[in-house]
Amino acid sequence: MSLVKRRFFSDFEKEEEWLNEMAANGLALSEYSWARYTFEESGKGEYIYRIEMLKEDPKAPEAAEYLQFMKETGAELVPTGKWLWGTLNYSNLRWVIFRRKASEGAFTIYSDIDSKIKHYKRIHSLWMSLAVMELIIGFFNIALMFVNNPTALNRINFVMGLLLIVLSLFFISMGRSIRKKISRLQSDQLIRE
Amino acid sequence: MPDNKDYGALTEGVYYILLSLLTPMHGYGIMQNVKLLSNERVELGAGTLYGALSTLVERGWIELLQGEQDSRKKEYRITEDGRTAVRTEMARLDELLANGRKLIGGDPE
Repeated sequence: MSLVKRRFFSDFEKEEEWLNEMAANGLALSEYSWARYTFEESGKGEYIYRIEMLKEDPKAPEAAEYLQFMKETGAELVPTGKWLWGTLNYSNLRWVIFRRKASEGAFTIYSDIDSKIKHYKRIHSLWMSLAVMELIIGFFNIALMFVNNPTALNRINFVMGLLLIVLSLFFISMGRSIRKKISRLQSDQLIRE
Repeated sequence: MPDNKDYGALTEGVYYILLSLLTPMHGYGIMQNVKLLSNERVELGAGTLYGALSTLVERGWIELLQGEQDSRKKEYRITEDGRTAVRTEMARLDELLANGRKLIGGDPE
Protein backbone atom coordinates (compact mmCIF):
# COMPACT_ATOMS: atom_id res chain seq x y z
CA MET A 1 0.00 0.00 0.00
CA SER A 2 1.35 3.39 -0.81
CA LEU A 3 0.79 6.73 0.79
CA VAL A 4 1.23 10.14 -0.83
CA LYS A 5 2.18 13.17 1.20
CA ARG A 6 2.67 16.69 0.01
CA ARG A 7 5.26 18.72 1.81
CA PHE A 8 7.49 21.63 1.09
CA PHE A 9 10.93 22.01 2.59
CA SER A 10 13.37 24.85 2.22
CA ASP A 11 16.04 23.06 4.25
CA PHE A 12 17.22 19.76 2.83
CA GLU A 13 18.45 18.59 6.22
CA LYS A 14 14.99 19.02 7.71
CA GLU A 15 13.59 17.12 4.74
CA GLU A 16 16.14 14.35 5.32
CA GLU A 17 15.18 14.22 9.00
CA TRP A 18 11.51 13.91 8.10
CA LEU A 19 12.18 11.11 5.59
CA ASN A 20 14.19 9.24 8.21
CA GLU A 21 11.42 9.69 10.79
CA MET A 22 8.91 8.30 8.29
CA ALA A 23 11.25 5.39 7.55
CA ALA A 24 11.66 4.71 11.26
CA ASN A 25 7.87 4.39 11.45
CA GLY A 26 7.79 1.90 8.59
CA LEU A 27 7.08 4.23 5.68
CA ALA A 28 9.88 4.23 3.13
CA LEU A 29 10.00 6.91 0.44
CA SER A 30 9.78 5.19 -2.94
CA GLU A 31 9.29 8.11 -5.31
CA TYR A 32 9.65 11.81 -5.25
CA SER A 33 8.36 14.51 -7.51
CA TRP A 34 8.02 18.19 -6.83
CA ALA A 35 6.86 18.49 -3.20
CA ARG A 36 5.08 15.14 -3.55
CA TYR A 37 6.38 12.15 -1.64
CA THR A 38 5.20 8.58 -2.23
CA PHE A 39 5.84 6.15 0.59
CA GLU A 40 5.63 2.37 0.64
CA GLU A 41 5.21 0.28 3.75
CA SER A 42 8.47 -1.28 4.87
CA GLY A 43 10.06 -2.68 7.95
CA LYS A 44 10.49 -0.09 10.68
CA GLY A 45 13.81 1.63 10.19
CA GLU A 46 14.69 -0.48 7.18
CA TYR A 47 16.23 2.41 5.24
CA ILE A 48 18.31 5.47 5.94
CA TYR A 49 17.79 8.43 3.60
CA ARG A 50 20.29 11.07 2.53
CA ILE A 51 19.79 14.03 0.24
CA GLU A 52 22.58 15.44 -1.88
CA MET A 53 23.06 18.15 -4.44
CA LEU A 54 25.33 16.67 -7.08
CA LYS A 55 28.32 18.49 -8.55
CA GLU A 56 27.10 17.87 -12.06
CA ASP A 57 23.81 17.43 -13.81
CA PRO A 58 22.66 13.84 -13.19
CA LYS A 59 22.86 13.21 -16.93
CA ALA A 60 26.53 14.20 -17.20
CA PRO A 61 29.07 11.33 -17.46
CA GLU A 62 30.88 12.47 -14.28
CA ALA A 63 27.63 12.20 -12.35
CA ALA A 64 26.91 8.77 -13.85
CA GLU A 65 30.29 7.61 -12.54
CA TYR A 66 29.49 8.94 -9.09
CA LEU A 67 26.02 7.40 -9.07
CA GLN A 68 27.57 4.07 -10.07
CA PHE A 69 30.02 4.40 -7.17
CA MET A 70 27.16 5.10 -4.77
CA LYS A 71 25.39 2.01 -6.06
CA GLU A 72 28.47 -0.10 -5.35
CA THR A 73 28.44 1.11 -1.77
CA GLY A 74 24.88 -0.12 -1.36
CA ALA A 75 23.03 3.16 -1.86
CA GLU A 76 20.12 3.33 -4.25
CA LEU A 77 18.68 6.38 -5.93
CA VAL A 78 15.08 7.15 -5.07
CA PRO A 79 13.33 7.65 -8.42
CA THR A 80 12.03 11.10 -9.15
CA GLY A 81 8.64 11.36 -10.74
CA LYS A 82 8.11 13.56 -13.75
CA TRP A 83 6.55 16.94 -13.40
CA LEU A 84 4.85 19.11 -15.99
CA TRP A 85 4.45 16.30 -18.53
CA GLY A 86 7.96 15.10 -18.01
CA THR A 87 9.65 18.37 -18.95
CA LEU A 88 10.95 18.91 -15.46
CA ASN A 89 11.91 16.70 -12.62
CA TYR A 90 13.47 17.22 -9.27
CA SER A 91 16.92 16.22 -10.43
CA ASN A 92 16.99 19.05 -12.96
CA LEU A 93 18.27 21.02 -10.02
CA ARG A 94 20.91 18.35 -9.34
CA TRP A 95 19.16 17.24 -6.17
CA VAL A 96 19.04 13.51 -5.54
CA ILE A 97 17.75 11.35 -2.71
CA PHE A 98 19.65 8.21 -1.79
CA ARG A 99 18.65 5.46 0.54
CA ARG A 100 20.53 2.53 1.96
CA LYS A 101 19.48 -0.39 4.09
CA ALA A 102 20.09 0.40 7.74
CA SER A 103 21.47 -3.14 8.09
CA GLU A 104 24.51 -1.92 6.11
CA GLY A 105 25.42 0.40 8.95
CA ALA A 106 25.33 4.16 9.40
CA PHE A 107 24.81 5.91 6.08
CA THR A 108 26.46 9.25 5.51
CA ILE A 109 27.57 10.84 2.28
CA TYR A 110 29.98 13.39 3.67
CA SER A 111 31.86 12.35 6.77
CA ASP A 112 34.49 15.10 7.01
CA ILE A 113 34.13 18.83 7.55
CA ASP A 114 35.86 19.77 4.32
CA SER A 115 33.52 17.87 2.04
CA LYS A 116 30.48 19.00 4.04
CA ILE A 117 31.52 22.60 3.46
CA LYS A 118 31.98 21.96 -0.26
CA HIS A 119 28.51 20.45 -0.43
CA TYR A 120 26.97 23.45 1.36
CA LYS A 121 28.82 25.80 -0.98
CA ARG A 122 27.30 24.10 -4.00
CA ILE A 123 23.84 24.55 -2.51
CA HIS A 124 24.59 28.14 -1.59
CA SER A 125 25.58 29.04 -5.13
CA LEU A 126 22.44 27.37 -6.48
CA TRP A 127 20.18 29.41 -4.19
CA MET A 128 22.04 32.62 -4.87
CA SER A 129 22.00 32.20 -8.64
CA LEU A 130 18.26 31.48 -8.51
CA ALA A 131 17.82 34.59 -6.36
CA VAL A 132 19.68 36.78 -8.85
CA MET A 133 17.78 35.31 -11.77
CA GLU A 134 14.36 35.90 -10.19
CA LEU A 135 15.37 39.38 -9.14
CA ILE A 136 16.41 40.39 -12.67
CA ILE A 137 13.32 38.89 -14.31
CA GLY A 138 11.18 40.43 -11.57
CA PHE A 139 12.56 43.92 -12.19
CA PHE A 140 12.09 43.57 -15.93
CA ASN A 141 8.47 42.66 -15.39
CA ILE A 142 7.91 45.65 -13.15
CA ALA A 143 9.74 47.97 -15.53
CA LEU A 144 7.14 47.12 -18.20
CA MET A 145 4.64 49.11 -16.08
CA PHE A 146 6.53 52.25 -16.93
CA VAL A 147 6.61 51.97 -20.69
CA ASN A 148 4.27 54.19 -22.70
CA ASN A 149 0.54 53.57 -22.31
CA PRO A 150 0.37 50.64 -19.90
CA THR A 151 -2.09 47.94 -20.85
CA ALA A 152 -3.88 45.30 -18.81
CA LEU A 153 -1.09 42.94 -19.78
CA ASN A 154 1.44 45.24 -18.14
CA ARG A 155 -0.50 45.01 -14.91
CA ILE A 156 -0.13 41.24 -15.00
CA ASN A 157 3.59 41.74 -15.58
CA PHE A 158 3.69 43.99 -12.55
CA VAL A 159 2.09 41.36 -10.31
CA MET A 160 4.38 38.70 -11.77
CA GLY A 161 7.34 40.94 -11.08
CA LEU A 162 6.37 41.37 -7.45
CA LEU A 163 5.92 37.64 -7.03
CA LEU A 164 9.32 36.98 -8.55
CA ILE A 165 10.95 39.45 -6.22
CA VAL A 166 9.30 37.76 -3.22
CA LEU A 167 10.61 34.44 -4.56
CA SER A 168 14.04 35.97 -4.91
CA LEU A 169 13.98 37.14 -1.28
CA PHE A 170 13.01 33.63 -0.28
CA PHE A 171 16.08 32.19 -2.08
CA ILE A 172 18.24 34.86 -0.46
CA SER A 173 17.05 33.75 2.98
CA MET A 174 17.75 30.13 2.08
CA GLY A 175 21.23 31.18 1.01
CA ARG A 176 21.72 32.95 4.32
CA SER A 177 20.81 29.89 6.35
CA ILE A 178 23.32 27.82 4.35
CA ARG A 179 25.99 30.48 4.95
CA LYS A 180 25.38 30.12 8.70
CA LYS A 181 25.95 26.38 8.45
CA ILE A 182 29.15 26.96 6.47
CA SER A 183 30.60 29.43 8.96
CA ARG A 184 29.82 27.12 11.87
CA LEU A 185 31.77 24.33 10.14
CA GLN A 186 34.58 26.68 9.20
CA SER A 187 35.12 27.65 12.81
CA ASP A 188 35.16 23.94 13.68
CA GLN A 189 37.73 23.41 11.00
CA LEU A 190 40.15 25.74 12.77
CA ILE A 191 40.55 23.26 15.60
CA ARG A 192 39.84 19.88 14.07
CA GLU A 193 39.73 17.92 10.89
CA MET B 1 41.01 15.39 1.88
CA PRO B 2 44.73 16.02 1.63
CA ASP B 3 46.04 19.48 2.16
CA ASN B 4 47.45 21.48 -0.72
CA LYS B 5 50.82 21.66 0.95
CA ASP B 6 53.11 18.73 0.24
CA TYR B 7 53.87 17.98 3.86
CA GLY B 8 50.60 18.80 5.57
CA ALA B 9 48.86 16.36 7.90
CA LEU B 10 46.72 13.71 6.23
CA THR B 11 43.13 13.38 7.28
CA GLU B 12 42.47 10.16 9.15
CA GLY B 13 40.23 9.10 6.30
CA VAL B 14 43.01 9.51 3.73
CA TYR B 15 45.51 7.83 6.04
CA TYR B 16 43.29 4.77 6.38
CA ILE B 17 42.41 4.75 2.68
CA LEU B 18 46.13 4.64 1.83
CA LEU B 19 46.75 1.86 4.35
CA SER B 20 43.78 -0.09 2.97
CA LEU B 21 45.12 0.14 -0.56
CA LEU B 22 48.27 -1.83 0.24
CA THR B 23 45.88 -4.52 -1.01
CA PRO B 24 43.98 -3.59 -4.18
CA MET B 25 40.38 -2.76 -3.33
CA HIS B 26 37.29 -1.13 -4.74
CA GLY B 27 35.30 1.63 -3.06
CA TYR B 28 32.97 -0.47 -0.98
CA GLY B 29 35.87 -2.66 0.17
CA ILE B 30 37.77 0.43 1.30
CA MET B 31 34.81 1.64 3.35
CA GLN B 32 34.48 -1.73 5.06
CA ASN B 33 38.20 -2.04 5.63
CA VAL B 34 38.56 1.43 7.15
CA LYS B 35 35.71 0.62 9.51
CA LEU B 36 37.41 -2.63 10.48
CA LEU B 37 40.87 -1.08 10.91
CA SER B 38 39.51 1.64 13.18
CA ASN B 39 37.30 -0.68 15.27
CA GLU B 40 34.18 0.89 13.71
CA ARG B 41 35.25 4.37 14.74
CA VAL B 42 35.82 5.80 11.25
CA GLU B 43 32.90 5.42 8.87
CA LEU B 44 33.78 7.07 5.60
CA GLY B 45 30.90 8.70 3.81
CA ALA B 46 30.58 7.49 0.24
CA GLY B 47 30.81 11.03 -1.14
CA THR B 48 33.84 11.83 0.98
CA LEU B 49 35.53 8.61 -0.14
CA TYR B 50 34.73 9.29 -3.79
CA GLY B 51 36.24 12.77 -3.58
CA ALA B 52 39.31 11.51 -1.73
CA LEU B 53 39.91 8.73 -4.28
CA SER B 54 39.85 11.10 -7.24
CA THR B 55 42.15 13.57 -5.48
CA LEU B 56 44.57 10.78 -4.55
CA VAL B 57 44.62 9.45 -8.12
CA GLU B 58 45.29 12.98 -9.42
CA ARG B 59 48.13 13.31 -6.94
CA GLY B 60 49.58 9.96 -7.93
CA TRP B 61 49.38 8.46 -4.43
CA ILE B 62 47.07 5.71 -5.62
CA GLU B 63 46.36 4.28 -9.05
CA LEU B 64 43.47 2.70 -10.85
CA LEU B 65 43.97 -0.99 -11.57
CA GLN B 66 43.43 -1.91 -15.20
CA GLY B 67 41.57 -5.07 -14.35
CA GLU B 68 38.66 -7.10 -15.53
CA GLN B 69 36.84 -5.27 -18.27
CA ASP B 70 33.51 -6.89 -17.51
CA SER B 71 33.25 -5.49 -14.02
CA ARG B 72 32.45 -1.80 -13.71
CA LYS B 73 33.80 -1.71 -10.19
CA LYS B 74 37.01 0.24 -10.09
CA GLU B 75 39.89 -1.16 -8.08
CA TYR B 76 42.63 1.02 -6.68
CA ARG B 77 46.14 0.35 -5.36
CA ILE B 78 48.68 2.46 -3.48
CA THR B 79 51.74 3.78 -5.38
CA GLU B 80 55.34 4.38 -4.22
CA ASP B 81 54.47 8.06 -3.65
CA GLY B 82 51.49 6.97 -1.59
CA ARG B 83 53.71 4.78 0.57
CA THR B 84 56.07 7.71 1.10
CA ALA B 85 53.13 9.87 2.13
CA VAL B 86 52.03 7.29 4.70
CA ARG B 87 55.57 7.01 6.11
CA THR B 88 55.90 10.79 6.31
CA GLU B 89 52.60 10.89 8.17
CA MET B 90 53.71 8.12 10.53
CA ALA B 91 56.85 10.07 11.39
CA ARG B 92 54.72 13.14 12.08
CA LEU B 93 52.34 11.13 14.26
CA ASP B 94 55.31 9.59 16.10
CA GLU B 95 56.56 13.05 16.93
CA LEU B 96 53.13 14.17 18.14
CA LEU B 97 52.73 11.09 20.29
CA ALA B 98 56.24 11.24 21.72
CA ASN B 99 55.79 14.86 22.77
CA GLY B 100 52.38 14.14 24.21
CA ARG B 101 53.65 11.22 26.26
CA LYS B 102 56.62 13.21 27.48
CA LEU B 103 54.64 16.27 28.53
CA ILE B 104 51.23 15.08 29.63
CA GLY B 105 51.80 11.41 30.30
CA GLY B 106 50.34 8.16 29.08
CA ASP B 107 46.84 7.05 28.18
CA PRO B 108 43.90 9.03 29.49
CA GLU B 109 42.36 7.61 32.66
